[in-house]
Amino acid sequence: MEILSVAFFIGLLAAMLRMATPLLFATMGELLTERAGVLNLGIEGTMLLGAMAGYLVAYKTGSLWLGLGGALLTGALLGLLMAFMAVTLGVSQHVSGLGITLLATGLSLYIYRMVIGSPSVPPSIRPFQILTIPVLAQLPVIGPILFRQYLLVWVALALVPLIWLLLFRTALGLKIRTVGENPKAAEVAGVSVYGIRYLCLIVGGALMALGGAFLSMAHFNMFLFGMVAGRGWISIALVVFGNWRPGKCLAGALFFGGLDALQLRLQAVGFQALPYQFFLVLPYILTIVALVSVSRRAAYPGSLLLPYKRGEA
Amino acid sequence: MIALRLERRHPLPLWQQAILPLLSVLAALGLCGLLVLWAGADLVRAYAALFVGALGSRFAVLETFVKSAPLILTGLAVALAFRAKFWNIGAEGQLYAGATAATWFGLTFTETPAWLLLPLLLLGSFAAGGAWALIPGLLKARLKVDDVVTTLLMNYIMLYLVSALVDGPWREPVSQWPQSPEIVEAAQLPILLERSRFHLGIPLAFFCAGLVWLLLARTPLGYAIKAVGVNPRAAEFGGIRTARVIAVTALLSGGLAGLAGAGELAGIQFHLMEAISPGYGYSGIVVAMLGGLHPLGVVLAAFFFGVVNNGAQHMSRVTGVPTYLVEVMQGVTLLAMLAALLLLGSFAAGGAWALIPGLLKARLKVGNADAARALSTLGSRMAGPPGGIDPSLHTLHGAPVSGSPGGDAPPDSP
Repeated sequence: MEILSVAFFIGLLAAMLRMATPLLFATMGELLTERAGVLNLGIEGTMLLGAMAGYLVAYKTGSLWLGLGGALLTGALLGLLMAFMAVTLGVSQHVSGLGITLLATGLSLYIYRMVIGSPSVPPSIRPFQILTIPVLAQLPVIGPILFRQYLLVWVALALVPLIWLLLFRTALGLKIRTVGENPKAAEVAGVSVYGIRYLCLIVGGALMALGGAFLSMAHFNMFLFGMVAGRGWISIALVVFGNWRPGKCLAGALFFGGLDALQLRLQAVGFQALPYQFFLVLPYILTIVALVSVSRRAAYPGSLLLPYKRGEA
Repeated sequence: MIALRLERRHPLPLWQQAILPLLSVLAALGLCGLLVLWAGADLVRAYAALFVGALGSRFAVLETFVKSAPLILTGLAVALAFRAKFWNIGAEGQLYAGATAATWFGLTFTETPAWLLLPLLLLGSFAAGGAWALIPGLLKARLKVDDVVTTLLMNYIMLYLVSALVDGPWREPVSQWPQSPEIVEAAQLPILLERSRFHLGIPLAFFCAGLVWLLLARTPLGYAIKAVGVNPRAAEFGGIRTARVIAVTALLSGGLAGLAGAGELAGIQFHLMEAISPGYGYSGIVVAMLGGLHPLGVVLAAFFFGVVNNGAQHMSRVTGVPTYLVEVMQGVTLLAMLAALLLLGSFAAGGAWALIPGLLKARLKVGNADAARALSTLGSRMAGPPGGIDPSLHTLHGAPVSGSPGGDAPPDSP
């Protein structure tokens, strides 16, 4: 049977990495903000606006790199807005996050419609191409999976150890975690809680937008309204699923990405025994199960969802 | 005795409560005005077209009611839940649960007369939406599982369930798109005004707003809901069984959202499909916040967004401004309202200068027995802690005040 061939599995695993890439960018962004004590529900909208901005800049300038820059900048700006709401004003994090998702989603559609109009065929860009690393790509099995990929896939994979190093092996990371666990203690120790949270939300927002841009600039070659399709929420789930640890988040992203890749391939070969929605819904169910199982041992950052007011005893 | 530090905030006169949503709406109209100008349209003409499109004729007005009804119900669902600090972000999924139940009734009971089928269908939708919300409600109440994330994720579980249903067992063979067959006529909500889509679900939505007002203002359960929302620990000490109250709130909240689904399915669409709601569940959060989590406010806010939703098509035709302006407006309104609430908190705490965070801290000490009672009359509807409130009192997940008796429980947070 075709499903069980080696080629099928190699293709599946390569696709798994590609499907995991937007999740990885967004998850690492969300991990950073949550580690600093801010839940950013603006993630879904930030990804969509990032996808739109990256595509639009690339379409207008003809440069993919400028497109990526545009996406990063857009994400950073949305992160800044989130920081203003959740840190400076100190209003409810999840409601302001949802507000940002609504705003960014609306802006994505509005700006796209203003600049592109509504042509019957959405104009496409020349997207990022799959790169082949000489020699390594010739390795059996591993070669085609790992060394024949988009550049952004490698960037996403490299991001995981980088975030881990940042969080657990640098002074800045210690500050971030302290701010997330106990902002008062951080402030007493001379760490600027506001500064750290602003930094994390801005960088986190940029990473989320990059995840969106991967969709419109590599995975596809155009911007589609339903493009992000809940991947932002999946990333929120992944941070929980990964217990706020970069490595576990990577494992989760690969697993969820793998489910997505499997579902697409099974649909393509006409697999009927299970509805394809089953594979799409699994990440959500598994995350809720994971939430229940971790509810007893509190692994979340201690001050998550709590605004911090400077100078209060 | 637990020492609680409270921000002094007097109940505000009605005009002050009404001024914040108005300011937020004006801010949103102003900021979105930039987008209108970008589209090359005249600002006054565009907004005039928006309101003409929504209120310019008998049919337009009735359509505005059609568009407002689901927003009233999801707005009530969110408002009720937020009052108990059950962060129900899942009204969208609960709406779909209600619509799915309505479809099941409408496809199964083909011989039942309308006078029997309609009440069953509405009850069934209420129960389905309620049950869907009860899962995260119980997880929060019993296991302290974070409700923001679970309610959010359950939206997608329900959406994929509906997708699998209309693409599988319920798929109408002749249609091009995945959708269920039409529900029987007896299951369709009757049209109350001729030459319109003004169906029974619309007065029902207003009726529900009245019931929620009655519940919150005049019943022990409503009191318990508000007390739990203000401080679950204090409420528990005051003899309120917090876990049960959260579960019941979840059930009622989900039920209201489920009714919104029944209204859309049995009043408008008649076929179950993936696109039955353009995000009414999420808009419900905007409506609830804009309405100050008060049933009357919810009705007014829902009507406003009904106007905006309904008028956008006309505005787009006349001026060429994309209808997506509506989504932007929702987001901006929500953010503006959040900022405005902060202003209210600081204003009440001692004047406009309190806007500078931490400058003025008017606090009083109260014993816990008084706390729930005192707080329930205060501006407890705020979703976020206003400037200057001790964070430990306002942990969004009701974590105990540190050093309180029985404070061995782990703080409940995601």
